[in-house]
Amino acid sequence: MANDTTPILEMRGITKTFPGVKALSDVTLSVARGEVHAICGENGAGKSTLMKVLSGVYPHGSYDGDIVFEGETCRFKTTRDSEERGIVIIHQELALSPYLSIAENIFLGNERARGGVVNWAQTNKQAADLLARVGLDESPDTRIQDIGVGKQQLVEIAKALSKKVKLLILDEPTAALNDEDSAHLLDLIRHLKGQGITSIIISHKLNEIAAIADSTTIIRDGQSIETMDMHGAEPVTEERIIRAMVGRDLENRYPAHTPTIGEEVLRIENWTVHHPADRSRVVVDNADLNVRGGEIVGIAGLMGAGRTELAMSIFGRSWGADISGKLFLHGKQVSIKTVDAAIEHGIAYATEDRKHYGLNLIDDIKRNTSAAKLQRITKGGVVDAGREVVMAEQFRKDMKTKANSVDVVVGKLSGGNQQKVVLAKWLFAEPEVLILDEPTRGIDVGAKYEIYEIINKLADSGKAVIVISSELPELLGICDRIYAMSQGRITGQLPRAEASQESLMRYMTMEKSGATR
Amino acid sequence: MSATTTLEQPKAQPEPSKKSDGGSLKAYLGQNIQQYGMIAALLVIVAYFQWSTDGLMLNPDNIAALIQQNAYVFVLTIGMVMVIVAGHIDLSVGSVVAFVGGICAVLITDFELSWPIAVAISIVIGGLVGCWQGFWVAYAGIPAFIVTLGGMLLFRGLAIVILEQTIAGLPSGFNDISNGSLPASLGYLGNLDGITVFIGVFAFAGLTIAQLRARRELTKLDLRTEPFAAFAGKLVLSAVAIGAITYLLASSAGGTPIVLVIVGVLVLIYTFLMNNTIFGRHIYAMGGNLPAAMLSGVKTKRVNFLIFVNMGLLAGVAAVITTSRAGAGIAAAGTNYELDAIAAAFIGGTSVNGGIGKITGAITGALIMGVLNMGLSIMGTDPAYQQVIKGLVLIAAVALDILNKRRGK
Repeated sequence: MANDTTPILEMRGITKTFPGVKALSDVTLSVARGEVHAICGENGAGKSTLMKVLSGVYPHGSYDGDIVFEGETCRFKTTRDSEERGIVIIHQELALSPYLSIAENIFLGNERARGGVVNWAQTNKQAADLLARVGLDESPDTRIQDIGVGKQQLVEIAKALSKKVKLLILDEPTAALNDEDSAHLLDLIRHLKGQGITSIIISHKLNEIAAIADSTTIIRDGQSIETMDMHGAEPVTEERIIRAMVGRDLENRYPAHTPTIGEEVLRIENWTVHHPADRSRVVVDNADLNVRGGEIVGIAGLMGAGRTELAMSIFGRSWGADISGKLFLHGKQVSIKTVDAAIEHGIAYATEDRKHYGLNLIDDIKRNTSAAKLQRITKGGVVDAGREVVMAEQFRKDMKTKANSVDVVVGKLSGGNQQKVVLAKWLFAEPEVLILDEPTRGIDVGAKYEIYEIINKLADSGKAVIVISSELPELLGICDRIYAMSQGRITGQLPRAEASQESLMRYMTMEKSGATR
Repeated sequence: MSATTTLEQPKAQPEPSKKSDGGSLKAYLGQNIQQYGMIAALLVIVAYFQWSTDGLMLNPDNIAALIQQNAYVFVLTIGMVMVIVAGHIDLSVGSVVAFVGGICAVLITDFELSWPIAVAISIVIGGLVGCWQGFWVAYAGIPAFIVTLGGMLLFRGLAIVILEQTIAGLPSGFNDISNGSLPASLGYLGNLDGITVFIGVFAFAGLTIAQLRARRELTKLDLRTEPFAAFAGKLVLSAVAIGAITYLLASSAGGTPIVLVIVGVLVLIYTFLMNNTIFGRHIYAMGGNLPAAMLSGVKTKRVNFLIFVNMGLLAGVAAVITTSRAGAGIAAAGTNYELDAIAAAFIGGTSVNGGIGKITGAITGALIMGVLNMGLSIMGTDPAYQQVIKGLVLIAAVALDILNKRRGK
């Protein structure tokens, strides 16, 4: 029997090869019993692959190396095998069925039943107990689609607990959560640790790792680089983790930039937007905002503050109902009612969700690049395919998009390169105002820097840029002026020199009654 | 760290010269295997029937009949590919064929219109039917499955109302559309029909010039071209294919069927429309990711509307062809035609999820079904088993496509 000082999990010399790619090469991971172990690495470093090896998604035999769990060498053929041993993985994309109840989801595939007949009393009773353990105050028969993402995450954990979990693996658990839900989730992980449950957490958010992890393993290019003791003598800073992740010092996470600010390009006044499904709900409330040529303006706000809704309502009323207010371009009032009119007027909006709203993933780079303004390469209704290739190729080179050619299907690119295609698509449309919604979400540190450089270059070419971001350091790092939104209202604006995370946060959390300018 | 140094080496090199052939022939074939898989399957099926029917399959008159019998599928599947690529389906085209065909027959007999005018009016009425369905799909937002399921009942019913009894005795000029051939206006070369040979030579010359031009432009723009061997091979293969079909048709009793000219022109027009116009691009963009297309400024409602108007127009053409082929307006005409068109599109590689599909692929799919029909009939296979075989072929073709994609991941 293993005693408490031996690691609960040891992965030794794990090597996993896909056709043409070595995804993991001789990776070693050792997780102590009862700790919270963070795994960090850039996108594509091999973190998820490693967890898939561990949980049996890639069966024993498809990789080299040993997995030793609780002192026994394991050969998992399926995820069911690993779950029987108490290893449960919660994936980034939650695997819940929206129309089933919380209780049904918790026991999905593991039903409380005798002879194939479900025992509903047991199901709901045990579900209620599990919900109490994760601190979720919902009835077990609530449907999944009626609760938010943060609560859904808790249901996933309850589901894991129902399987007698010993080692809980969370892949980017807070990626889709707001700050409050994230904090609650981290508390829960700490709480579970108190109950003897070991956790592995994969995260991009370095502040969370600093807050919760006992040790951190860095994976880079499919290799385990080092494991850091987070409570050691030498404190582990975010810079220290970043350095290990990218394998180099990032002197500054944000490129230096001196703006050349020109005339006002876009201004909105008294902009009010209602929710399309519930028209009594005001989502953007009497907002005023302007942006000048060469200027990078940020919009800060918590989830639900109405930032995306504001941007999309400006972009040809692509979101919202009963939109009122005035919109000026170069000082002239215009009425823009459709997306193609917005593009025609030189407004571009790059979405926060590039996979669902930004790109045609089954089509290639060149066709995605030209998609928003085919007229530019069309003569007499005929698309000039040659010019399309030449122009797309130029954008690919300018942005250093990593792909063999512009014929590569966009779905096969990494997140950072997909984001570059999104930017290329909107630059191709020759906008004067470019609204970028979470331009670096889900992108690794190195690619972020390149995106910032592109944004700076855009501003330098005289374009007016609006950046929406949930990462305050990012806004502070790249914007010349920052607006803060709260509950649909613009609660304040600060020039870069006067803004800090604290001052912005104050405006971002300003309640309706206490609104002052 | 030898691994990293070898990895980084290619980066240090200057841009690989793309002017020359973009990769080996083997790599090229690997990338395009799906595209040519269907054509290979068609050739294998033809070869099998040629062997099993002791050479009856490729009898010149059979080839002409193959085209005439399947002309309606070719025409319908062109529209159907566009509908499916955009993410819809159209179950009504068979009924629309009967409805419009009935109107056409009534116009010629009861209204005593000359047949070319009746044909023109019929196609316009097909377009109006498309407007009706397009309105519900695009502007009312009802799923196309429901709208066209309704249309299937609606237009079949109207066809029966119009054609209380079969209207026969249509003029011979009209019947020639589907049953006649181009007149032997250029005489004969030996026993080969001159006009057919001329069309064959013209088609090959046109294809070669277009291909050479495209290649020259790519080279001029300093872009990747396919390996020369593949390019030359493709030209030689098309020369053989066009030559063989030309030879067979030229030695058939009639020469070039008139419907072949109609289908050929439609294929050219619609291939161009799908590949080289904004309208075509927007169809692919909507099928690939509808919200993204909307946020790229695509007028999705208008495109959806036009897709169904176009399907209606092509159903009108198919109605004329069907009525002409039968020489009569029949209320039961066009039964299951929607299934033929949908099956042809899917066998030809159109994606069930939309966003992917080619006109030429669907035509190949239609040919596979047509050859199966004809080959099995010549062999005297029980019609019940013919259906069984065609059903299995449809499932197998889509299954192969899906497996292929999964392996590619």
